[in-house]
Amino acid sequence: MVKDQDYLKNKASYCLDLAKKLGATNISVHVGNSISETVNFRNKKLDESNRSDNLGIDITTYIGKKKSSISSSNLLNNNLDILIEKCIETTKNTPEDEFNSLPDKDLLAKDVKDLNLYDDTHIENDTKIEYLLKLETAASNNKKIVNTESSFVENKSNFILANSDGFCKGFKTSSFTAYSVAVAKDDKSMERDYEYTHKCHLKDIESAEKLGKKAAEQTIKKLSPKKIGSEKISIIFDKRIAKGILSTFASAISSSAITRGTSFLKDKISQKIFPDVINIFDKPDIFKGLGSRSFDSEGVKTDTLKLVEQGILKHYLIDTYNGKKLNLKSNGRCGGTSNLYFDNGKISYKDLLNSSSKILYITETIGHGSNIVTGDYSVGATGFLIENGEFKYPINEITIAGNFKDMFQHLTLANDLEFEYSTNSPTMMIEGMVVAGK
Amino acid sequence: MSNFFEKSDLSRNDAESIISDTLKKCDDGELYLENSKSESILLDDNKIKNSSYNSDLGFGFRAVSGEVVAYSHSNEISKNSLKQSSENLKSTLKSAKGTYNQSIPKSNKKYYENINPIEQKSLNSKIEILNKVNEYLRKKNKNVKQVTANFTGEQKSIEIIRSGGETLTDVRPLIRFNVSVMLEKNGRKETGVYGIGGRQSYDAYLKEDNWKNVCEEALRIASVNLESKPAPAGEMKVVLGPGWPAILIHEAIGHGLEGDFNRKKTSAFHNLMGQKVASEGVTIVDDGTIDNRRGSLTIDDEGTPTEKTVLIENGILKNFMQDRLNARLMKTRSTGSGRRENYKHIVLPRMRNTMMLNGKQTQDEMIKSVDKGIFAVSFGGGQVDITSGKFVFNCTEAYEIIDGKIGSPIKGATLIGDGPSILREVSMVGNDMMLDPGIGTCGKAGQGVPVGVAQPSILIDKMTVGGTKL
Repeated sequence: MVKDQDYLKNKASYCLDLAKKLGATNISVHVGNSISETVNFRNKKLDESNRSDNLGIDITTYIGKKKSSISSSNLLNNNLDILIEKCIETTKNTPEDEFNSLPDKDLLAKDVKDLNLYDDTHIENDTKIEYLLKLETAASNNKKIVNTESSFVENKSNFILANSDGFCKGFKTSSFTAYSVAVAKDDKSMERDYEYTHKCHLKDIESAEKLGKKAAEQTIKKLSPKKIGSEKISIIFDKRIAKGILSTFASAISSSAITRGTSFLKDKISQKIFPDVINIFDKPDIFKGLGSRSFDSEGVKTDTLKLVEQGILKHYLIDTYNGKKLNLKSNGRCGGTSNLYFDNGKISYKDLLNSSSKILYITETIGHGSNIVTGDYSVGATGFLIENGEFKYPINEITIAGNFKDMFQHLTLANDLEFEYSTNSPTMMIEGMVVAGK
Repeated sequence: MSNFFEKSDLSRNDAESIISDTLKKCDDGELYLENSKSESILLDDNKIKNSSYNSDLGFGFRAVSGEVVAYSHSNEISKNSLKQSSENLKSTLKSAKGTYNQSIPKSNKKYYENINPIEQKSLNSKIEILNKVNEYLRKKNKNVKQVTANFTGEQKSIEIIRSGGETLTDVRPLIRFNVSVMLEKNGRKETGVYGIGGRQSYDAYLKEDNWKNVCEEALRIASVNLESKPAPAGEMKVVLGPGWPAILIHEAIGHGLEGDFNRKKTSAFHNLMGQKVASEGVTIVDDGTIDNRRGSLTIDDEGTPTEKTVLIENGILKNFMQDRLNARLMKTRSTGSGRRENYKHIVLPRMRNTMMLNGKQTQDEMIKSVDKGIFAVSFGGGQVDITSGKFVFNCTEAYEIIDGKIGSPIKGATLIGDGPSILREVSMVGNDMMLDPGIGTCGKAGQGVPVGVAQPSILIDKMTVGGTKL
């Protein structure tokens, strides 16, 4: 059983009291416990079981404008005593920073909304095994599938965030995740693809059969890929990778990148960075939302933000420290976004495929090719060539490149938004990117 | 050395009897105990932004039967907690009918000292160096608009207790020093990053010349990038510089030679043992025995002493990297490559210091032989798709080659290639082998472990460069 609120609150207040006694002027403490049970399958047989019980505490102490922090997984009081003493010593020896402080009291969350993020259901490993057997049976139906792997993860977490201004709140979350990975082979190639489902509540996850079948179909479609020539072309990003473009946007508007001057979106507030029809939301109060929360990692209340309205950048993602540097109030985004999404576009998925006679449809990218400072983007990619709206053949061993500043201006969205992750995008098309191939 | 049972209601004897009882019908397994202490001090935006200390304690209990691994880990080293883990393992391996493999090789060799780098140097002296770095860089070049510098230090103590009570221990120091510089000139911004590290004390790295060298190198890379033009797009010849660019070997070849992918037949190399997989003259080893290197290990995380494993010898595939599980199932021996990020993770076969050995040619000869291509000197991260064999990595410093001469610097482009065939495209191997500066972390199945790489300059006849200039 995951530790209850009382246990976590007791640990937090023990640390607050001791740190105060030792001379801290301000303190914040995060105590969390997370228990996961995972079962992995391979080729329709049990491969691995894994039970993971993680306890952790993070303490930040302030002495005036000096600050330092410690973390540990050993929550025995005699260990905490040693660590807090060390933390206070380090704080005293760390130079002052005028912007160090706890959040403004009036910005702290007053209550924790019930967003239905916890499902108490516990399923035994035998039930997980049943699910995975069904999944892999469905996945290995076709002879071209030579290898299947899958896993089922059940997670329960609980935490308390407390500070010396009297804030002390936390909430439980749960998640149920199943992955299906398939490897397919023909005389020319061997390819892998995947599908997964990730939900707060057990009853909302995809059926085992559907998941396995989908992973297998997607993998077989990738067999015998070709390499295409280098050219300028329109690129469609499948939903599962379009969300990555949105995540890059989020890192570029984080207040730390802005204050440090290391973002290509610095000084772009109130400017048009996307076409008129584009709107981007960060909505923290979605029921059962994978990124839902009532407050950020400093305890600041989190409200819905319309980050981009009709193409215009309206907000940065602001925490207390960088907010003070920018002379702006925290908007509850310490630790990043909650449920971030592009609003639906105007055209259907089918019309998007038909919008040009030749389009590259990308299903996977590899490499770390996003440069937040310059906006340059260059990654390895696999996908399909689409001609006149039809999938022609799979493509491999190419790169796609551009600069986000231009890419954002040439972006079109379909109207097929779904909430499958904490960051979500409809299918996305970007015109005028460069493909490097043969 | 940590005494894991000192403040616990669990005695060593209790632990040994629970371990032996749990593993009696299993083929392998152990209790892995870990106590790690780490610190991080960060200077950013002219200020000490962060000084933090972490102490982590926990155990991971593993039971292996046939191909099945049962694992359970916890932060609470107590009788109750270990018993709960034991029940969990037993319930997964209800039908285990194996015989526990007692044998584990021994060695007295050590490749780093038993030190705690964190305690060897005061916080103030570390803060002082970071401040000097910041001042030095900002004074040196007026275009410097941002400096980030940080120290991380760690000491990890591990103890492995096997069925029957056999115990193996190791204490591993690790430090890292990193500098990142951003320049701005005529509205254009570019960054340069450089770092050093290894299994040593800070002092061994941070003599004055040394931190200045790191600053100079970060600044030089950023300055080169300020002048860079868009990279070409398409297939062409690529000359790789010595040292860190060996990340190519790591991504393209290394992962495909790890035992698990070959046992599961998901690697493109699984049926190529003893066959020619690279051009003649190409020899690649994975070596855990180099003193004080980031990827070196006295014993691996299953207790097997490390070694120097020959993977490819003069073009012929000789060995895979193995942990105990995959070695047993593939009827071979462990190469001491069983590693885990920490007690929260299961052991997997992983790389240590992966090196391509010297050939005979010079870098000059390589550049002169290229009509149109690129010269890649340094890289950011790389990644590989084991199944299709396709891999990428991102250039952080690269130049055009035109008519046998090095031309302008080019913008960070991604290079993409095919792992199994890339070594056949190597047409020249240099005589200038270099180790990387001690900065690599390899990710696999969500686990990061410190690794090293090394290579001489090499010429690759055909790779795809992912630029924007057609």
